[in-house]
Amino acid sequence: MSRRGAVGASIAAAALILGLLGLGWGDYPLSPAQVFEAIWSDASFAHTVVLEWRAPRVVAALACGAALGISGMIFQTITANPLGSPDIIGFATGSYSGALLATTFFGAGGAVITGGALGGGLATAGVVYGLTHRYGAQAFRLIIVGLGVTAMLHALNLWLLTRMHQELALAAAIWAGGSLNLVGWGDLGWGLPLLALAALGSVHLLPLLRQLELGDDLAAAHGVRPNRARMAAIGLGVALVAVVTAAAGPIAFIALTAPQIAARLTGGPGLPLGSSAATGALLLLSADLVAQFIAPQPLPLSVVTVCLGGIYLMGLLVRESRWSMSGGQYE
Amino acid sequence: MRFASPPAATAEPSALAVQLRANRRWRWGSLLLALALLAILSLASLALGAKAIPLPEVAAALTGGPASPEAVSLVIGLRLPRTVAGLVVGAALGLAGALIQALTRNPLADPGILGVNAGAAAAVALAVGLLGIDQPGYYVLFGLVGALVASIVVSALGLGDPLRLVLVGMALGAVLAGLTGAIRLTDRQAFNAMVAWELGSLTDKSWNVILPLIPFALAGAVIALAIGPALDALVLGQDTATSLGVNLLLTRVLAVAAISLLAGSATALAGPISFIGLMVPHLARRLTGPSQPWVLALSALFGPSLLLAADIIGRLVVSPAEIKAAIVTAFIGAPILIHLALRPKLVTL
Repeated sequence: MSRRGAVGASIAAAALILGLLGLGWGDYPLSPAQVFEAIWSDASFAHTVVLEWRAPRVVAALACGAALGISGMIFQTITANPLGSPDIIGFATGSYSGALLATTFFGAGGAVITGGALGGGLATAGVVYGLTHRYGAQAFRLIIVGLGVTAMLHALNLWLLTRMHQELALAAAIWAGGSLNLVGWGDLGWGLPLLALAALGSVHLLPLLRQLELGDDLAAAHGVRPNRARMAAIGLGVALVAVVTAAAGPIAFIALTAPQIAARLTGGPGLPLGSSAATGALLLLSADLVAQFIAPQPLPLSVVTVCLGGIYLMGLLVRESRWSMSGGQYE
Repeated sequence: MRFASPPAATAEPSALAVQLRANRRWRWGSLLLALALLAILSLASLALGAKAIPLPEVAAALTGGPASPEAVSLVIGLRLPRTVAGLVVGAALGLAGALIQALTRNPLADPGILGVNAGAAAAVALAVGLLGIDQPGYYVLFGLVGALVASIVVSALGLGDPLRLVLVGMALGAVLAGLTGAIRLTDRQAFNAMVAWELGSLTDKSWNVILPLIPFALAGAVIALAIGPALDALVLGQDTATSLGVNLLLTRVLAVAAISLLAGSATALAGPISFIGLMVPHLARRLTGPSQPWVLALSALFGPSLLLAADIIGRLVVSPAEIKAAIVTAFIGAPILIHLALRPKLVTL
């Protein structure tokens, strides 16, 4: 097995082990052995706790984290910049705006929220890229424009919240903090297949992404149409973020950090797809466990991811100031 | 920024003199215009809201003339402190923005975007959450320290590239906002204390919160206006500034002190508000040209105008509910940030 494969597999294994441990933690603590027992024994209380209460949350953390990792990998590859991730450029906030608008007009419901999130994310992507595409490789402009769009959308979201019905607004506000609390098997039933589909699409797209990494000219010389490949990649990346946002609210900084951490662990050129997914899953699950258990009462998930991710981002910027930004090289 | 092209190189001396005179008249004109605008918006802020009060009745309420008790309680009890808070916070943020743009020579700088306001907010949250301080009068001290630490950290990490400075500031702001949120959510007592100190809003500010802050903001404003001429030299570059006899270190230290005083007291009063410090100096510079004392003076007048306008808009669009002023300023200010970032050549100041 190559080094990349081995590292990716060990990260994934770590995520799964943490997931098993996570099934046992909570007000009703269980040892890993008891967790196993509970899974196979029907109708016991432990069975209900593990499979009905805790498992959806752990599965959602793993799946959403993996999806965010893949999405971050896609966007950082096509912008050729470690800061070009969907949470920084505003797609996550845009997805949330779309979901809020959809609930305002069509009422709550899984399909409505997902559709709205997808539309909002794609529209945001269109606006941000439309404004910045003529600057090409100057990714910093893209990021500042994305930050501006994020600030506007954030204001829009808060305005929408004040106009909503009180009950709906309260639910939406909890969701705004990013939470896996309310995710049940029902939500996963439609979310997981969509995520799996988008993940398969990304695997299919990977060779094209690798060509884009070489630059548009070389990619075109190899028979790839750079713009079409980029559009497809953006569509997939936004879809992944939108489904996660619809299920768990906007979760910042996982998409930003996971691919970069994975790239440093695996080594080699470019950003790894599988390891990014595994790292994202591990990060989000850890953040969710920290959010649940570090304080006397559970914190919103985004508080944890924002704190850790922001510190990471500052470190990244300090390191980056030593390199030239012009080419957007990874290292 | 758009430096007025030096006419001395090409124009006749007489033409230069004419232009300078015209320029000066234009500057005094802008100053009067800004004052008039501020006066109109202050009156509007007293008159408008969920229940609009006609101006004669506002005047009567203010002067103790014949006015309905309802109008008196609305104008004197609620809208007057709110308007004064808007004036103080807006002027402080406008000045802080002009200072930070001159200091970093960065047209995208703003105490909100760079995380200085978030630093002040996090320090206040820490004071409430960890130290159990519940006297709003003490908030300002922690706000000042937080603003100072954040402005030093950001300027140390992000010096040089204007865009990187913004990113570092945004990252720092995100971390600090996350910290503030965590404290607010985990500590019930802190949450209750900080509900009164609502984030980014001018509502429900009582006089015993506003008055203790005014000396701090005033001190910041005095320092800012005093170092204006030195900043003019600083904007020309370090070497030129030194050769003009400006004490660079002293100017920088004073500027950071003034930014901390202004942003810290503004945040301690109203919570973190972004984008005012970004927009206002650009408008001022466009009207007066590149003269820092003038930019500072106009920013101090446009800042409160903008904040009061945002506050009034926030009262009217979802009446009888309200939107926080900080949300309105973000919605107005973000397109300006985008516009500035998309200029073909990103000019450093």
